[in-house]
Amino acid sequence: MSEPASRPAAEQAAAPLSGPACGRPAGARAADRPAEPTRAAAARDPWPVRLDRVSVRRGGRAAVDALTLRLDPGGVLALMGPNGAGKSLTLRLLAGLIAPDEGAATWAGRPTPPRGAVGVVFQRPALLRRSTLGNVTHALALAGAPRRARRARAMALLAQAGLTHRADAPARALSGGEQQRLALARALACAPALLLLDEPTANLDPRATAQVEALLREVCAQGVTALVVTHDAGQARRVADEVAFLHNGRLTERTPAREFFARPASPEGRAYLEGRLLL
Amino acid sequence: MQEFTDAFGAAFALLASGDPELAEIVGLSLRVTLTAVAISCLVGMPLGALLAIARFPGRGAAAALLNALMGLPPVVVGLATYLLLSRSGPLGALGLLYTPAAMIIAQTILTLPLVAALTRQTIADLHAEHDETLRALGAGRWATALTLLHDGRFALTTAALAGFGRAAAEVGAVMIVGGNIAHATRVMTTAIALETARGELALALGLGMILLGISAAVNLAAMALRARAERAAHV
Repeated sequence: MSEPASRPAAEQAAAPLSGPACGRPAGARAADRPAEPTRAAAARDPWPVRLDRVSVRRGGRAAVDALTLRLDPGGVLALMGPNGAGKSLTLRLLAGLIAPDEGAATWAGRPTPPRGAVGVVFQRPALLRRSTLGNVTHALALAGAPRRARRARAMALLAQAGLTHRADAPARALSGGEQQRLALARALACAPALLLLDEPTANLDPRATAQVEALLREVCAQGVTALVVTHDAGQARRVADEVAFLHNGRLTERTPAREFFARPASPEGRAYLEGRLLL
Repeated sequence: MQEFTDAFGAAFALLASGDPELAEIVGLSLRVTLTAVAISCLVGMPLGALLAIARFPGRGAAAALLNALMGLPPVVVGLATYLLLSRSGPLGALGLLYTPAAMIIAQTILTLPLVAALTRQTIADLHAEHDETLRALGAGRWATALTLLHDGRFALTTAALAGFGRAAAEVGAVMIVGGNIAHATRVMTTAIALETARGELALALGLGMILLGISAAVNLAAMALRARAERAAHV
């Protein structure tokens, strides 16, 4: 299957993310961020984020195959699909961490994302051997935040992540859920417009998963757009406004979440939800 | 076995006598070695980190060369340094030959590749873990290198201690460029070589035991500091 099943590609390309979790209009988002000067925010705007027929080859095969995807501000998009479908590579393309072998990735028409416009949370948090607070202040330092402002901003982020009481604890001594919330707080340090999460709760128990999802919803309610790579259909139901389904490196459908879980448009999506293998 | 027993006696007698010449030799040994190791760490650690992080043509060859330089023969380094610093050499005008500075230069040349190569390996492992996260946070190469050097600070004490071990035990290079001049460039290893040449084997072995003790003390102190810092950082 080479084309998305639910809607024509051109229609999908223009579709903004919107819905219950992050249903804010694009124009309202900048105004919801009092700490961000408007000019600076505009200069860092990555919209639209586009992948135009991008392919990535790994081991002699196309792990991502002529994929076209467009992200506009607002909402949560869940990127779903079986192992090896190309979800994590797609996330890395959207973050600008890898370059496509074919096709083009652009952010507001530019070939690289604006500095600080895209935040990334990986499955493994990869925290530095510093305190919880130190991990966030270091992220702020890398983002170029003035030294005097770092501590207050970091404490505000830790408060949002429910980690104030762990600020001085070594980051690597935190529980799995706390570590992932810290990774989220760290990714938010430079106030990104787009947040990309790669299986953020894959190693967490249900309670820790609920905490991370609550934090994600809160962040999105403040105007951040999110893309979540997940295997967890329950998580996609809980947090996503739309679902994009990948199979063998190709986008088979991009559908509003309710519609996807009620009537998946592609045979691959249907098979996945029914727990069947479709090779 | 008699020599070993005598050596213990000689070492104990030297220490108990509070011999000022011994103190002078030990002091110079530590000054030369620690200075060389400090310079090697200041230069070799950032160099090793950048080599671990940067991607450029010939990077593999550069890493292989660095590893090969870990096995530099001290006598060859001593000879090359001698030729550089001798009156007819390019740096002869500095008048450094047969001074502690010449010994520091030779020991730095010996220890720098070791420190840089061990740092490269440590940072390469950390880079594999943190690369994408740091790039996503906007870190460039220098920022990544400095971040990972800080993150690997405990593991890197091993690189510094390896450099100290190589420098403290080295005799060939410092003998050539220092000349083993009493009260000027005589260090523990050259003193041991001198006593061996004189046939004072017990005294030479005794000096060797003192050198071993100093080396062990420095290593223990470094490990204790590392353990304390690790406990404070809970890593």
